[in-house]
Amino acid sequence: MNEIEKKSVCTCGEIDDNKKKLLEVIVSVNGDKSQLMKVLNAAQEIYGYIPTSAQKTISEELDIPMAEIYGVITFYTRFSLEPKGKYNIGVCLGTACYVKGSQMVLDKVKEILGIDVGGITPDGKFSLVSTRCVGACGLAPVMTVNDEVYGNMDPSKVKDILDKYV
Amino acid sequence: MKSIEELNEIREKTLSEISLRKDRNYTGREKHILVCGGTGCTSSHSKDIIEKFNELIKEHNLDNVRVIRTGCFGLCARGPIIVIRPEDTFYAMSHVDDVEEIFEKHIMNGEIVERLLCKDVDGSVVKSLDELNFYKKQHRIVLKNCGLIDPENIDEYLAFDGYKALEKVLTSMTAEEVIKEVSDSGLRGRGGAGFPTGKKWQFAKDSQDEQKYVACNADEGDPGAFMDRSVLEGDPHSVIEAMAIAAFAIGANKGYVYVRAEYPIAVHRLQVAIDQAREYGLLGKNIMGTNFEFDVEIRLGAGAFVCGEETALMESVEGRRGEPRTRPPFPAVKGLFGKPTLLNNVETYANITQIILNGASWYSSIGTEKSKGTKVFALGGNINNVGLVEVPMGITLREIVYDIGGGIPNGRKFKAAQTGGPSGGCIPEEYLDTPIDYESLSAIGSMMGSGGLIIMDDSTCMVNLARFFLDFTVDESCGKCPPCRIGTKRMLEILERLVNGKGREGDIEKLEKLAMNIKRSSLCGLGQTAPNPVLSTLKYFRNEYEAHIKEKKCPAGECKAMTKVMIDKEKCKGCSLCSKNCPVQAIHGELKSPFEIDQSKCIKCGVCIAKCPFKAISRV
Ligand SMILES: Cc1cc2nc3c(=O)[nH]c(=O)nc-3n(C[C@H](O)[C@H](O)[C@H](O)COP(=O)(O)O)c2cc1C
Ligand code: SF4
Ligand code: SF4
Ligand code: FES
Ligand code: FES
Repeated sequence: MNEIEKKSVCTCGEIDDNKKKLLEVIVSVNGDKSQLMKVLNAAQEIYGYIPTSAQKTISEELDIPMAEIYGVITFYTRFSLEPKGKYNIGVCLGTACYVKGSQMVLDKVKEILGIDVGGITPDGKFSLVSTRCVGACGLAPVMTVNDEVYGNMDPSKVKDILDKYV
Repeated sequence: MKSIEELNEIREKTLSEISLRKDRNYTGREKHILVCGGTGCTSSHSKDIIEKFNELIKEHNLDNVRVIRTGCFGLCARGPIIVIRPEDTFYAMSHVDDVEEIFEKHIMNGEIVERLLCKDVDGSVVKSLDELNFYKKQHRIVLKNCGLIDPENIDEYLAFDGYKALEKVLTSMTAEEVIKEVSDSGLRGRGGAGFPTGKKWQFAKDSQDEQKYVACNADEGDPGAFMDRSVLEGDPHSVIEAMAIAAFAIGANKGYVYVRAEYPIAVHRLQVAIDQAREYGLLGKNIMGTNFEFDVEIRLGAGAFVCGEETALMESVEGRRGEPRTRPPFPAVKGLFGKPTLLNNVETYANITQIILNGASWYSSIGTEKSKGTKVFALGGNINNVGLVEVPMGITLREIVYDIGGGIPNGRKFKAAQTGGPSGGCIPEEYLDTPIDYESLSAIGSMMGSGGLIIMDDSTCMVNLARFFLDFTVDESCGKCPPCRIGTKRMLEILERLVNGKGREGDIEKLEKLAMNIKRSSLCGLGQTAPNPVLSTLKYFRNEYEAHIKEKKCPAGECKAMTKVMIDKEKCKGCSLCSKNCPVQAIHGELKSPFEIDQSKCIKCGVCIAKCPFKAISRV
């Protein structure tokens, strides 16, 4: 076992893969505190959110106080403190999508899933966010389900798309 | 590491392989299938198209056909786009299922698949890219390689004069000469403020310090704008090369590109480009055998609009919350890590190599007296040709909307255009003939901005648009100063009550007063410009605000609280299309007799309005 693997061992005795991945990124920045954004972006990708345990690891390894890390996380929209659903639904509220009616698409998703923006269904299957331009403005209005992009949306298409994931 | 001679050899060799992409008289047997790999077309699965082509090529053992994944062609609305060179055939809205047909007919038998050709807005079939009206009035300097080269192959960049500007600078120019060339070109910052680029470089050069930095702003926070992202995706080396030139000019040896983690394709291609440039010795020590040293590092943002502001950006690069610092000291004196720093926008940089290679007088011959060169716009909203356009300064908005953009869809009327996003303003119909340049746009209460250009038709409520932008700035205010944090919130509350039919006498005056105070007392550009969308819509569409307050009416019919969707009994033929498409089953009726909308169920989504073939449904 190398240094990183030793630190990645979970209380159950197995190596915690996510923690290992995170530690590898932390090692790659060589103690450079100014690379906090890189590390947090990596944590967000590895876990799908930034759990307290990851914050703690980052804090210890980079010697940055927890409070400061928390302050940075909450400043940026990409970082989240809560896990996302298995399917994270994003409705684009960028200007190009908004003027083509994406708000009504969002309202429809809210109605069908019964959750608000930032919410997650009780079974953990769907979460809902509003995004600000995913770069596919040519397809506006745009809705995303994880990495899949659905273009030229209108409210009447929402149900069929969500049904694919139920 | 490659010497100048070796680089020239690579250029020559690669050019002989790819010149057919530009050469319309090419008669050889090679064919290049260019498939758009920009974010837009990737979202509509252009990757599958590429894979399928490669599969077929392999299957048929063809050695004269290549598939190239390029950056954005510009006409994103018709994506995914396939262009076959040398004949320049333009296939639009392609699907992976069409690939076999294109391959069998076009590639194997030289037969164009008419069915899949791109159609212009007027319905006419377009055979080649040059024939499209969309491209006719464009002038591509920044985007010259987008859609032409494989951005992940440095050799292709080299073939079209890549890194020649850097070579010229390192082997035959002094720092002063470089700065003079940039100054004389008249280039101004494309990130929004339009500050003369040469002057900025001079300030950074004049700062005395052992350690200086160059930085590139690729935060692109304006929602609905994708210019900078597209440049990084389509031609990343043009930015790296320009940063090296800037570093030489001001005396820096390290560069940072600040880009959002939300732009994965751009980040990836930029990293590939940096790695390749290092491998060729175009970044690192002793570049091109001189004693010039320079390297670039990517720093990731995470979606905060305020981080596009220069001092906030620096905080974020250093790994902190992106809260703006007070200026002075300006970044040219005390920037990244406390050292003198030159910060320019992606598009600003992307102009530099062409200025160095073709000269300041060539560049300054394009554009108007005070605004030189071209500007890239992300054209979006209610316009036929949504996409990326590059136009000479001085072109009119009318030309962009109608000649390039192909006009407004669904037979609707142009109402206004928004430039500058949440910091900018709207341009109403009576100013369609305003030339696009920094001064003319400011004079009418709008701004050049960084390139977001959203077109709105007559179904857009300008009060609600202002509410939309304020909602954005309230979300994005960093909270450091109370006028911005609390003032914008107060403005938003007023706008919300207006669109909900609860406006009160005096609300307009309150908005104006708040706007003035916020503009005057905010620390950074975000707060200082946040009220602009309200002020400019008030300037041109005050009557709409008044109608919301006095008559509790939304003239555009957008604000749901004040409108109803109604079927005109005279026009309705009872076809039932509307009721089939209503997402909440609010429409009932019997076939062949007029249908009716149950107002208690209707969510006013407007789907039925668009679906009715007899235009019998409207908002009242
Ligand atoms: C709130 C705010 C957001 C900004 N966002 C961006 C941006 O996304 N991209 C950009 O290049 N400049 C942005 N700017 C302008 C930058 O502060 C800066 O002026 C610019 O990057 C300088 O480069 P230039 O001279 O090449 O334009 C923003 C400014 C403010 C106040
Ligand atoms: S003006 Fe707004 S965004 Fe800018 S520093 Fe003040 S609070 Fe932050
Ligand atoms: S506006 Fe939408 S909800 Fe209302 S009747 Fe038409 S389709 Fe149905
Ligand atoms: S505004 Fe929605 S994808 Fe750009
Ligand atoms: S992303 Fe393909 S044309 Fe713009």
